[in-house]
Amino acid sequence: MAITSDHIRDKLTKELAAVHVDVEDTSPNRCAASYKVLVVSSQFEGKPLLQRHRMVNTCLAEELKEIHAFEQKTLTPEQWDKQKSQ
Amino acid sequence: MNSLIRSTAKCLRTGAAVYLPRQTDGRVWSASARFLCAAADVPKDLGEMVKKDKVVVFMKGTPAQPMCGFSNAVVQILRMHGVDDYAAYNVLEDSELREGVKAFSNWPTIPQVYFSGEFVGGCDILLQMHQNGDLVEELKKLGISSALLKAEEESK
Repeated sequence: MAITSDHIRDKLTKELAAVHVDVEDTSPNRCAASYKVLVVSSQFEGKPLLQRHRMVNTCLAEELKEIHAFEQKTLTPEQWDKQKSQ
Repeated sequence: MNSLIRSTAKCLRTGAAVYLPRQTDGRVWSASARFLCAAADVPKDLGEMVKKDKVVVFMKGTPAQPMCGFSNAVVQILRMHGVDDYAAYNVLEDSELREGVKAFSNWPTIPQVYFSGEFVGGCDILLQMHQNGDLVEELKKLGISSALLKAEEESK
């Protein structure tokens, strides 16, 4: 299975009902496959940070076995709107 | 960053353990016979390791010499809050620890931060907690007064 930004984006969108997903391939900055993602989903509502990140981790469990470094930002649609307006 | 990667790669290639400076901010754990035994021991020891100290960090490198940007970020954030006395375990020293802690925390990456035996998260989470003020609160619950609080009071 080839891990690509598109693959990650599609999986996150589908499994977390995300309204917005940004996937950045940061591998050029590091020595191995690395990604930085932003996921916006109402499923994160009311959930603490750790739980949100675990949801993403579970979604990408297979991919994370191959990925060396992983950064993630998880926002609810409301938080994202606020961030955009700042 | 590139030179850091190159020097890390050099260490790994020659099979030499990463050099640990004698003086470090956090206590350094060195490879012990325990981890060379049955893998079943690892979770048990990890359970003790994370409870032994208020703040426990599993990282790449040491607080004095982090070997990864994310591990370094965690060290810098803790330092900003005046947290210098914590247990730091270098996963580059022991691949069993490195894999064991990922299984124990059910978390795929390093660094990993524990407060009072409870998993907090990695670099992303710590950074967000630092930015939104949660970190100062969590440290207070541990009985640690953040240096940033004092700085804020002094500026008033």
